[in-house]
Amino acid sequence: MARYGMVIDTKKCVGCQDCVVACKTENQVPHGYSRDWLAYETIGKFPKLNMEIRTERCNHCDNPPCVYCCPTGASHISDGGIVLVEHDKCIGCKACVASCPYDARFVHPEGYVSKCTFCEHRVKEGKDPACVSVCPTHCMYFGDFDDPESEVSKLLQERKYHAIIPEAGTKPHIYYLT
Amino acid sequence: MNAVSRRKFLKISAATIASATALGTVSCTRDKIKASAEKGIKTIPTYCNICFWKCGAIATLKDGELWKIEGNPVDPLSRGRLCPRGTGGIGAYSDPDRLKTPLIRKKGSKRGEEEFVSVTWDEALTYIADKMNDIKSKYGAQSMAAFSHGTGGKFLKHTLKAYGAKNIVAPSFAQCRGPREVGFELTNGNFIGSPERTDIKDTKCMALIGSHLGENMHNSQVQEFSEAIANDASIIVVDPRFSVAAGKAKYYLPIKPGTDLALLLSWMNVMISEGIYDKKFVEDFGFGFEQLAEEVKKYTPEWAYVETGIEPDLIRATARELAKNKPASFIHPGRHVTWYGDDTQRSRAIAILNSLLGNWNRKGGFYEPSKVSLPKYPTPAYPEMAYEKADNPGKKWPLLGDAEGSTTGLRDATITGKPYPIKGWLVYATNLIQSLPDERETIAAINNLDLLVVIDVIPNEIAGYADVVLPESIYLERHDEFNNAPFRQSFLSIRQPVIASPDDQKPNWWIAKKLAEKLGLGHYHPWKNLDDYLRYTSEKAGFSYERLKKEGVILGPKKPINVEEGATQDFWTKSGKVEFYSTHLEELGFDPIPKYTKPEQPPSGYFRLLFGRAPMHTFSMTQTNPLLSELMDENVVWVNNDVARQYGIENGQYIKLKNQDGIIGSKVKVYATERIRTDCVFMVHGFGHRSKALKSAYLKGGSDSLMVTKYKVDPIMSGTGMNVNFVTFETEA
Amino acid sequence: MHELIITRSNHLIDPIFTPWGWEIPIYLFLGGLVAGMMIISGYFILSGRHQKKDCSCFVVPTVALALISIGMTALFLDLEHKLYVWRLYTTFQWTSPMSWGAWILLLVYPILTLNAILKIPENIAKKLPWLKNIGEKLSGRKFAVKVIGAMSMISGGILGMYTGVLLSTLVARPAWNSSMLWILFLVSGLSAAAAFIHLFAKREDERRLLAKADNGFLIAELMIVALIIIGFLTSSEVQNAAAMLFINGPYAAVFWVFVVGLGMVVPLFIQLFAVNDKIQHTPIAPIMVMVGGLILRFVIVSAGQYSGWFTGTFTTP
Ligand SMILES: Nc1nc2c(c(=O)[nH]1)N[C@H]1C(S)=C(S)[C@@H](COP(=O)(O)OP(=O)(O)OC[C@H]3O[C@@H](n4cnc5c(=O)[nH]c(N)nc54)[C@H](O)[C@@H]3O)O[C@H]1N2
Ligand SMILES: Nc1nc2c(c(=O)[nH]1)N[C@H]1C(S)=C(S)[C@@H](COP(=O)(O)OP(=O)(O)OC[C@H]3O[C@@H](n4cnc5c(=O)[nH]c(N)nc54)[C@H](O)[C@@H]3O)O[C@H]1N2
Ligand code: SF4
Ligand code: SF4
Ligand code: SF4
Ligand code: SF4
Ligand code: SF4
Ligand SMILES: [Mo]
Repeated sequence: MARYGMVIDTKKCVGCQDCVVACKTENQVPHGYSRDWLAYETIGKFPKLNMEIRTERCNHCDNPPCVYCCPTGASHISDGGIVLVEHDKCIGCKACVASCPYDARFVHPEGYVSKCTFCEHRVKEGKDPACVSVCPTHCMYFGDFDDPESEVSKLLQERKYHAIIPEAGTKPHIYYLT
Repeated sequence: MNAVSRRKFLKISAATIASATALGTVSCTRDKIKASAEKGIKTIPTYCNICFWKCGAIATLKDGELWKIEGNPVDPLSRGRLCPRGTGGIGAYSDPDRLKTPLIRKKGSKRGEEEFVSVTWDEALTYIADKMNDIKSKYGAQSMAAFSHGTGGKFLKHTLKAYGAKNIVAPSFAQCRGPREVGFELTNGNFIGSPERTDIKDTKCMALIGSHLGENMHNSQVQEFSEAIANDASIIVVDPRFSVAAGKAKYYLPIKPGTDLALLLSWMNVMISEGIYDKKFVEDFGFGFEQLAEEVKKYTPEWAYVETGIEPDLIRATARELAKNKPASFIHPGRHVTWYGDDTQRSRAIAILNSLLGNWNRKGGFYEPSKVSLPKYPTPAYPEMAYEKADNPGKKWPLLGDAEGSTTGLRDATITGKPYPIKGWLVYATNLIQSLPDERETIAAINNLDLLVVIDVIPNEIAGYADVVLPESIYLERHDEFNNAPFRQSFLSIRQPVIASPDDQKPNWWIAKKLAEKLGLGHYHPWKNLDDYLRYTSEKAGFSYERLKKEGVILGPKKPINVEEGATQDFWTKSGKVEFYSTHLEELGFDPIPKYTKPEQPPSGYFRLLFGRAPMHTFSMTQTNPLLSELMDENVVWVNNDVARQYGIENGQYIKLKNQDGIIGSKVKVYATERIRTDCVFMVHGFGHRSKALKSAYLKGGSDSLMVTKYKVDPIMSGTGMNVNFVTFETEA
Repeated sequence: MHELIITRSNHLIDPIFTPWGWEIPIYLFLGGLVAGMMIISGYFILSGRHQKKDCSCFVVPTVALALISIGMTALFLDLEHKLYVWRLYTTFQWTSPMSWGAWILLLVYPILTLNAILKIPENIAKKLPWLKNIGEKLSGRKFAVKVIGAMSMISGGILGMYTGVLLSTLVARPAWNSSMLWILFLVSGLSAAAAFIHLFAKREDERRLLAKADNGFLIAELMIVALIIIGFLTSSEVQNAAAMLFINGPYAAVFWVFVVGLGMVVPLFIQLFAVNDKIQHTPIAPIMVMVGGLILRFVIVSAGQYSGWFTGTFTTP
């Protein structure tokens, strides 16, 4: 069984938000909503500054509170560890929205809760997720962490990395190379 | 089997739609298209037009509706990936503020009042042709002029030349790349051109002077920039603002604005005094090196520190870093370089430094681009135009070229009527109100006109001043000339319609052809439509048109691009060498070796206004694109934290800017940050629209252009240095 | 200097997280109140007080049925995908407090109904003689009555705890992340219920008992509040920040004045005087307790949503 996830090279990301537009068009995310976004973090005093730019989205956590708290089973862990919402089961109670430390979920105007799907419709066809496939700096990598030979596994062996708020205990599956 | 035949079917119907729109005579309404749209997925290659980089793209339709657009993997510019603007390009189709029909200014209304009546194409074109005939009979053909930016203007310029007018200019020279091209031409006898011939991906060390790659989102450069980062290249960023690129740099030099020449000269000083420049290259190809060496002796890092505020040690370290990695090391020539009016000399200093690094046509330095030789479609010769160009009377700017001309030069002529009156402007795809400095002058010039025609896709500021506004089909709805840009490997890429125009918009080639017909110049457009034209020229050049339509891009032959691959180093200067000392400039009465002059400093309480790009917007043309404006719907003014504190301004607060001439802008949000020096503020260019017809962008954010009432003209080539304006804060919003 | 800019701007999430409006605190309050009422009513039955004339334990369940229905309506109104509400009952998700809640609510209805029909008011009894019949049969069996009392207490207890557990398991909201939250909500529910029943209890001895009990609940509540805040302060950074929301942050004023001051301390004193016969029993104290309990839910629900792991500003540079 695969365990999908992403590795993002913050050294290369320029924060252009191409990943955001690509997700919007690919997944027809309605105006005013987004499944992925950017974080620009700057530390220091001018001119001695350090800046990290990250593209963020649902972390497809191994220990996903959003799935645990869902009363209908709409939120579930799908093949490859992808956390998904089944629209027809979702009652829009927003417990999952409140449970996600990354604020990765939102209520779709049609009533159900939505978020990043890792573009599982593309992944099934053997393609990269839309955001990964457009990124002009090639800073995003999508792959299978269960396969030690995969690019994502290798990157984590070779480089230093961090995840976002690991303290929340959700076991996120997006890693940021520094 | 089934799948194959289905795909075939889709392709065929794609071609049908494509040629139907190309004919331009069938004016389909959206409903009709929907009715005829077949189910399923259809892909059509084309090339992007959200900026001038022209990346190859593939648009996808789902059930006849535009779904998405992606990079064409065969295209060397996009390498299968578009920039955010390209990806969001489909938003131009659904832009709520698009122009829908031709418009003629309401009788009795004044220019700029934005009062128009909808008319038919025939009425609009007849109106224009009548006026053009009037102008010709009253003043002569030379009194018609055009401002045209980008690929699309080609056929309109053709019509205009057939009419006998040659005063055709673009903002891409005097407001953009001009000084760089002249500076490099003077030094190396070669242009930089677009796309820039910089071998970023193979470089070991690169210095960016301004050049905010990553915000400046010219696709291939950004892709290569990230490759350079991945290869651990040393990146040196010189910028008063901690740009995105600065965040990736090994060395960040927070330079005092306007003092770059001092830094460049002291880099020369270090390289020469330490003997770490490329001696062999200088010996083989250099001219006037001794004079240069002598001249830069005085420009020590200690001297430069006083001017630039950059520590001498940092200046030395970066000069050494550049030299250590030569020839796979370069100083980026920049693109938007019209900053302070001495920009040709700064560009020359950059060219000189590059030659000290011996990087011309070297791997990791500059490369030798090539392009396809495309034959011309035979058309009758233009009438003789034996008059002086109006933008540069008496060769006032000796090195101003003819190709793009001088927008501001032409504007001066329109205001003064000298050397002869200019009475008609055709403005294609350039928003002169925002792109030229001092809009008051632009408006004054417009008020001298008998005819102002604006061809645009949205009612931008300039359209509000027009007598006639012509709505063009967006790039996804039309054919255009091939993209045949000089690049690492030559290639040809096609722009073809992906979807029909939703309203009564027409492609530029159709407009140009119909206008020519109205002027009795129809024979200058002997092609039936652009499909016909494109087929003819591509097949003549030996490229299969059918394949181009299907694949979008065809690569030309591979040629050596650097010495390592077998290319030669040729310098087309007078001396045939790299001119460290320019006798050409000397003859013209300019400094043969660049000299530093101190920039004027802001009065107390004022800050220098700097501007630049945001990755998801292009100038003043994307703010109404719903996909892109969603990412950023207003710009902010960057203010250093300490300054903000001192002035009691808070992050996120709305303020107004007031410039040295008392011009007050619209309200703009403050971004209080560490990421900028204390003596300047920064804004993304293109916001603060004042055209009421741009409902979704009207007065969102602030306009840098409005604050640029002062500009310093480069005496060599007429470039307009615009980083010379000072602003202060008005907090009572 | 630490600057964090996040570009997202999803409705209800950014820049301030507010997916839950007034519906949830109302629901939580009514749920807690009903829970308390069930416990008290169950206790009255088990302790044999139901045999006394005019025992409120027969009125309480009917009122509770109405209140819980209002609460559930509020909950329903909060749902964004209302037509799918039945999905709650085609599954049981044991990790989800909300799923537990859904089923508990289903359990609460029959128990409250059974409790209510033990003794039906005369006017209804006249109209529905068959109901009266069942009620009389039931109340005739001592064991059945005991079971109903016990079930009432147990399910009330679960309901009361659940309202707190629901929030505290949502790990993303530091201000909810206290293992004491369920006790606070349970005790607050009891306190509100005691106050509420006190308002309409006919028997003097009941009123006295309820006031005494309420004093106990209020004292317990004050201690729990202190423990929760101490817990936050001695925990992670984000929980420190959560504590500060109540100590001197945007929720401090409402929390100290209305929840702790007017909702706990003042009524506690009034009722202490009353049970010691220094002053008359008045409805003022119980009303204050109830309003305090309601505001407590509002404060907790919104402070929790306000608290989070990110501390970014939301603009595009
Ligand atoms: N997303 C996007 N990308 C674009 C465009 C677009 O519209 N949108 N336009 C394209 C075009 S046509 C052009 S010309 C290019 C322009 O892009 P560039 O050529 O990169 O433009 P610059 O003016 O060099 O870049 C502005 C940067 O220069 C810094 N700067 C300002 N004053 C000074 C100074 O005195 N010294 C130094 N060292 N730095 C200074 C500013 O802080 C800012 O970071 O971008 C191209 N790319
Ligand atoms: N203050 C200030 N001035 C500047 C700059 C700056 O940074 N600050 N940058 C300078 C630089 S580097 C440059 S290159 C110039 C750019 O200057 P311009 O080329 O004038 O750029 P825009 O302001 O975007 O205007 C382009 C116009 O073309 C229209 N358009 C877009 N697509 C189409 C199309 O397909 N067909 C037609 N007919 N019209 C179309 C747009 O709607 C818009 O009105 O500006 C220069 N001027
Ligand atoms: S597209 Fe790539 S470079 Fe651009 S913001 Fe997204 S991850 Fe970063
Ligand atoms: S990031 Fe949030 S939504 Fe995604 S799996 Fe983790 S907890 Fe769930
Ligand atoms: S909102 Fe939908 S997905 Fe989220 S917890 Fe409720 S039912 Fe599950
Ligand atoms: S993986 Fe797909 S759904 Fe998730 S952010 Fe990327 S494009 Fe959007
Ligand atoms: S750089 Fe971006 S906007 Fe420009 S042509 Fe390429 S994809 Fe289009
Ligand atoms: Mo430009």
